[in-house]
Amino acid sequence: MKDTDIKRLLYTHLLCIFSIILSICIPSFFLENFSILETHLTWLCICSVSVTAVNLVLYLIVKPNASSKRSSISYKVTRFLKCCIYFLMSCFFFHVIFVLYGAPLIELVLETFLFAVILSTFTTVPCLCLLGPNIKAWLRVFSRNGVTSIWENSLQITTISSFIGTWLGAFPIPLDWERPWQVWPISCTLGATFGYVAGLVISPLWIYWNRKQLTYKNN
Amino acid sequence: MQKISVLLFLAWVSFLFYAGIALFTSGFLLTRLELTNHSSCEEPPGPGSLPWGSQGKPGACWMASRFSRLVLVLVDALRFDFAQPQPSHGPGEPPVSLPFLGKLNSLQRILEIQPHHARLYQSKADPPTTTMQRLKALTTGSLPTFIDAGSNFASYAIVEDNLIKQLTNAGRHVVFMGDDTWKDLFPGAFSQAFFFPSFNVRDLHTVDNGILEHLYPTMDGGEWDVLIAHFLGVDHCGHKYGPHHPEMAKKLSQMDQVIQGLVERLENDTLLVVIGDHGMTITGDHGGDSDLEISAALFLYSPKALFPRVPPKELEIVPQISLVPTLALLLGLPIPFGNIGEVMAELFAEAEDSQPHSSALAQASALHLNAQQVSRFLHTYSAAAQDLQVKELHQLQNLFSKASADYQRLLQSPQGAEAALQTVITELQQFLRGVRAMCIESWARFSLGRMAGGAALMAAACFLCLLVSQWATYPGFHPLLLTPMACGLAGTIVCAGLLATTGLKLDPVVLGAMAAVGSLLPFLWKAWAGWGSKRPLAALFPTPGPVLLFLLIRFAAFFSDSFVVAEARATPFLLGSLILLLVAQLHWEGKLLPPKLLTIPRLCFSASTGQSRHSGTHALGLGVGLLLCIRLAGLFHRCPEETPACHSSPWLSPLASMSFLLLHLLAAGIPITTPGPFTVPWQAVSAWALMATQTFYSMGHQPVFPAIHWHAAFVGFPEGHGSSTWLPALLVGANTFASHLLFAVGCPLLLLWPFLCESQGARKRWQHLGNEAEARVRPEEEEEPRMEMRLRDAPHHFNAALLQLGLKYLFVLGIQILACALAASILRRHLMVWKVFAPKFIFEAMGFIVSSVGLFLGIALVMRVDGAVSSWFRQLILAQQR
Repeated sequence: MKDTDIKRLLYTHLLCIFSIILSICIPSFFLENFSILETHLTWLCICSVSVTAVNLVLYLIVKPNASSKRSSISYKVTRFLKCCIYFLMSCFFFHVIFVLYGAPLIELVLETFLFAVILSTFTTVPCLCLLGPNIKAWLRVFSRNGVTSIWENSLQITTISSFIGTWLGAFPIPLDWERPWQVWPISCTLGATFGYVAGLVISPLWIYWNRKQLTYKNN
Repeated sequence: MQKISVLLFLAWVSFLFYAGIALFTSGFLLTRLELTNHSSCEEPPGPGSLPWGSQGKPGACWMASRFSRLVLVLVDALRFDFAQPQPSHGPGEPPVSLPFLGKLNSLQRILEIQPHHARLYQSKADPPTTTMQRLKALTTGSLPTFIDAGSNFASYAIVEDNLIKQLTNAGRHVVFMGDDTWKDLFPGAFSQAFFFPSFNVRDLHTVDNGILEHLYPTMDGGEWDVLIAHFLGVDHCGHKYGPHHPEMAKKLSQMDQVIQGLVERLENDTLLVVIGDHGMTITGDHGGDSDLEISAALFLYSPKALFPRVPPKELEIVPQISLVPTLALLLGLPIPFGNIGEVMAELFAEAEDSQPHSSALAQASALHLNAQQVSRFLHTYSAAAQDLQVKELHQLQNLFSKASADYQRLLQSPQGAEAALQTVITELQQFLRGVRAMCIESWARFSLGRMAGGAALMAAACFLCLLVSQWATYPGFHPLLLTPMACGLAGTIVCAGLLATTGLKLDPVVLGAMAAVGSLLPFLWKAWAGWGSKRPLAALFPTPGPVLLFLLIRFAAFFSDSFVVAEARATPFLLGSLILLLVAQLHWEGKLLPPKLLTIPRLCFSASTGQSRHSGTHALGLGVGLLLCIRLAGLFHRCPEETPACHSSPWLSPLASMSFLLLHLLAAGIPITTPGPFTVPWQAVSAWALMATQTFYSMGHQPVFPAIHWHAAFVGFPEGHGSSTWLPALLVGANTFASHLLFAVGCPLLLLWPFLCESQGARKRWQHLGNEAEARVRPEEEEEPRMEMRLRDAPHHFNAALLQLGLKYLFVLGIQILACALAASILRRHLMVWKVFAPKFIFEAMGFIVSSVGLFLGIALVMRVDGAVSSWFRQLILAQQR
């Protein structure tokens, strides 16, 4: 592992953060009455799209893992379709989890689903970009001693911090402060976003601090 | 370690908690100081001449009596809108069809025909709106405090000065009929009484019909000066059906007929008072402080004209206790000593006398008497207790002396302008209202020392649980066990002996706390001495893990009223998180899924891979099932009153939730697949305790008093219980704390379950799984999985494990009660303390007591079974040898 790798990681992460900031700032020039809290669903869609796009572009440019040997068009198309299906499945999976955690079942379905979409964007999309539609690799990355590169390590950190942010985001909901951001699912989506950004910031730093201890066999 | 010493130790730890809870409760739920002073005719409330015209007249005391007789009709739970006159609707509008509206037609008719004779008020009761507290307030004129709310089952005689006592002292004949709560409150005070049982909430008619049987004959008989009739039908109808039921219309119509009949029989010197002691919520319950509960109707009528003016368009709102001084002065009695109500001045304006000046003077003199009495009470009270705020007290006294001086000046020069009189009246009213506000403010008096002591004792007991649960598995621990009990017992006996000899009176609560501290300190000292020399201290404390974080979050959540109210949703959230965390942790350790799914071979697995592969997928399924159960159980919640937007579940029937309870129990196997033998991990214990709370909510309970399921008292006793109060209390308690009891008794399952689960694996698995030592001892004979028999083989470890389990469970529960206590004490001036924190503390304390008793029973049961099986085995072996 070289310092250049860590630098590249840092730059990509900064770009991701930048895309989130842009998704907050840019739409207000084009859309009237745009604000995160009031037109929350719109912002969710925009943020999700921009983060996905940035992730894809970065993946295509940086190519963190060795490209597969087969590169026929049909293989790429099936791979892409598989990725889409995985993404949708993860959205539904998160939706079910939210409902199990106490989200309303029938009311606010759209809100809950978009929340699932944004959480999938923060967690599943980077996984798909980095590991491809390969459940086994995912399971490997999220277990002890399972990571094989700094990219996977940072993926682990950002994903877990996104989940923790989402989880913490649920706590203000019962409080009686009567703030607009306490409405379901705004606090949770904001928590997820903060968690994701925090993960993006923390992971290069953490890897940099621990670069002596980290050894990846397959790298 | 002996079984008996384990049980004794657990009992001792529970006792520590009880002592802490009792000490805290005695400091937190203090009652107002009850003064036993009495007002009397001979002793006017203050210096200065008594109002003109009072001396020399027969039946006059502080003031000349205006009525010689009184009929007080107390209709329990007569909410204000039940009696509110309905505007006559035009032909186009549809008539209002609510069953409780516009049923008291006679009131409306009287108010229209005789506006100078009758008046309807909206009276505001002070919380708690339970019948006994209201009766106390309505006779003493004071503010009953929270602690009385719990003693509704066994009420006690009123020691403070009250109207009934004044009436008896004045030699009036008081006849009572109705609710038998009065019998306990005023034993032997009535010259004639017809009591009817009040507890059977299902029974709408016994009390009312009983009253009606005696009411008119008594009235016509004339052997009475004051007649009190307490009707319960409306209240019971509310409890049974709620106000939106046709039965309520019938009941109110019956009350209407009663009032009609009374009005026809009234003589000129008689005053009729119809009052509701409190209101009811839309579900027909009461006890809290919502608007519907505290608004009650108050109706006054006299055959001779009472009021100089016609009633104003807007109905007046008066505090309920205003009735006490008003009635006292109208009947020519001294105002009860502890009264802080304000006379309704309007009633003292002479109606026949058209002169505005003399009418205002009469009002001012009544108010002045009232203010003198309140000021005397304040003086006596602040000398006896220090809980009233000195600064405010001083201000009020200044206000009173100024008003009093003004009043005296006006008396000397009777030609004074009416405007000056009005100022005096306003000043006196200001004083009386200020006193009332101050009393409401400060009559939640806390004893900080006791609260701190109780909280410290609970914290120490929690700490002890934590420590000993770590020690319990180390050898050489048991000799410590019996010393604290001996010390504590000896200390208590010595203390009690000393007290008996000196004749000092000491609180049993303080004595208990002293015993607890006296036993705790030697134990810790001895443990410290025994420990410190041998091993490093770091081994004493459990390593902090995510579970401790969960416990911390739970601890912190008790400090927010929003989280206490939303606990029914927060608990499943935490429980779900705990389960998912467990699954994630299993996966992280590589124990959840079979290794062939994971492509990298260098991942090292523990030796028991083969075993955990099977149980891993099993655990995943169980986890999902448990999450589903928790979410579905959320459908059985009941709405707390603080969240108006929420709808209670239509499936609120206890029977249906029982099946979910069973599901819970089955699915609770999940946290159990992880532990190694002989210890139960913190995750499992915390999840178990959370599950107990969750079940409490999914059985339709809420930690507030109006939500208690009183109907449970009638299960199996549809006819009621007669005079016994223990049985219904027990039934209601069993209904409310069923989940605590079940989960506590079932707690040893956490230890036994992993061994039972072994039977699911086939025999071949046993060969790998069995513990190595035993496999070596008897490798060939092992054909059946031995399951929990392994526990029996090592009785010492078994006992230690049971002790550890019990202590861990007590620790988790103790943390909750400690958090409740701390929250209640820190936030004791919070707006929500009587509505949220105090009820939560009481419920949590009751739950803790029930749980600890249940835990004790459960562990004793397991030990008993173990002992029986052991003796049976011995017999078998003996028989074989023969």
